[in-house]
Amino acid sequence: MSKTNASGRRAFLQSSSALALLGVAGLSGCASISGVPSKAKVVVIGGGYGGATAAKYVRLLSDYKIDVVLIEPQAAFVSCPMSNLVVSGVKQMDFLTTSYAGLSKNHGITVVKDFADSIDTAKKTVTLRGGSVMAYDKLVVSPGVDLMFDGIERLQAADLRNQVSGQIVQAWKAGAETVALRKQLEAMPDGGVFAITIPEAPYRCPPGPYERASVVAGYFKANKPKSKVLILDANPDVTSKAALFKKVWAEQYPGMVEYRGQHKAVAVDARTNTVKFDVQDDVTAAVLNVLPPMRAGAIAVKTGLNNQANSRWCGVNYLTFESTAAKDVHVLGDSIQIAPAMPKSGHMANSHGKVAASAIVAQLAGWDVNPAPMLTNTCYSFVDTKNVIHVASVHEYVAAEKTFKTVATSGGVSLEPNVLEGVYALSWASNIWADTLT
Amino acid sequence: MSLKLTDLVVAACMALASTANAQADAGINSPQSTLYVKSLAATCANCHGTNGVATAGSSVVSLAGLDKAYTIAQMKAFKTGTRPATVMHQLSKGYSDAQIEVLATYFAAQKK
Repeated sequence: MSKTNASGRRAFLQSSSALALLGVAGLSGCASISGVPSKAKVVVIGGGYGGATAAKYVRLLSDYKIDVVLIEPQAAFVSCPMSNLVVSGVKQMDFLTTSYAGLSKNHGITVVKDFADSIDTAKKTVTLRGGSVMAYDKLVVSPGVDLMFDGIERLQAADLRNQVSGQIVQAWKAGAETVALRKQLEAMPDGGVFAITIPEAPYRCPPGPYERASVVAGYFKANKPKSKVLILDANPDVTSKAALFKKVWAEQYPGMVEYRGQHKAVAVDARTNTVKFDVQDDVTAAVLNVLPPMRAGAIAVKTGLNNQANSRWCGVNYLTFESTAAKDVHVLGDSIQIAPAMPKSGHMANSHGKVAASAIVAQLAGWDVNPAPMLTNTCYSFVDTKNVIHVASVHEYVAAEKTFKTVATSGGVSLEPNVLEGVYALSWASNIWADTLT
Repeated sequence: MSLKLTDLVVAACMALASTANAQADAGINSPQSTLYVKSLAATCANCHGTNGVATAGSSVVSLAGLDKAYTIAQMKAFKTGTRPATVMHQLSKGYSDAQIEVLATYFAAQKK
């Protein structure tokens, strides 16, 4: 221990101006004809909770001495957390949407609106769909999840984006489909059935489907009281806040919400709005929300970073979030192979972004990385328009096991749904959006 | 092992914290230990805002500029249950007393 400490001191004495030097080197990126820098110390792919946070915190933690380019195809950030409030009609899309301008204006990040088409981890370059090639010293890959449409027969053909039949949406990436699902619920006559299918864990946002079922039931109870909500879960039981959600369904929505575990969707028929299961009988619903299995985002898969769990997720060194498949590539958020009890959540992705940013700043300065990083997670779920339940946890890096584990005795869930947490949930949203994006 | 590493970081952070005002011992108040302190403090920022500055109108409090002793007392009250909470009684238990000291020192020095 004392050796580490002493070498740390020496490293400091030798590198007290290391960040200043980095700053000089960091300015070397010269703009190409297209306006995209040809070189950046740190390039971040994906402007979600993980990538945007990493971009901002590399700037903050380096005292603005390391230049950062963020590549994101969308014009603005649209939050998945809170998007069920748009589905239930409580909020509009503008509530979920934050401009990327804060990252460039407040933090000097170059935001490039383009799609990362390929990564050459040997040459350390990223090629954009627009044709530009960018070199990096450190790359952050935070592409979120891809929906595995081939996991459910005929689902892609039934997807709104393909305009074939158009009505079976996922709305699991907030955007046009979130609005489409809301419109379907509005158009549904009283007495109809809303059915949501859930893939086997792990998937993005463990409590999200149960929150959606609950808030849709809240909308039905107030507006279409003869309607039903059917939860068809590939998992044997509710995967998050189980006791709390079940109590809400039994007490707040009796006879309206029905939960069926071990229902693994295998196919859909868009003509009849029917979902088929591996064992159980088919289900037909007025509004069908089918969530397929998920995997690491396409760019991670194309780069071969998906080296875990039958090629579904990306292995990382949890101390730095550096890929176990490629040097100087850090993978964040929903794309990674999770540590024990680590949810695929926006809050967690933000936490990943900070650990990775700290490690990147240390590594570029030639310092030891923080040997004891911490992560938090707080996840609020609405059960109606006002009442909310949470799950929270604190995770510490356990060096002996090279993974994150929850700190013993920390964490837990709400005692019951309550209005105060509804207020805190909205403050959580405004603060994490600001922490990530402004 | 993990405990020792945590202690090492905390020791470095504590040393930094104790000299934060003096700024005299550059060897302890190094960019490296500052980075570790900021990394720890960043775990609060998701809910309490970057550098502890919450958004306007937030029901979650800003930590920036809070008196160090006050923050330590609140975190201990959350831990022991003497201050009721919706979530902080669960999150506070994830941090050691030494880490709380570092966090309280850091946030006390941040501009509101």
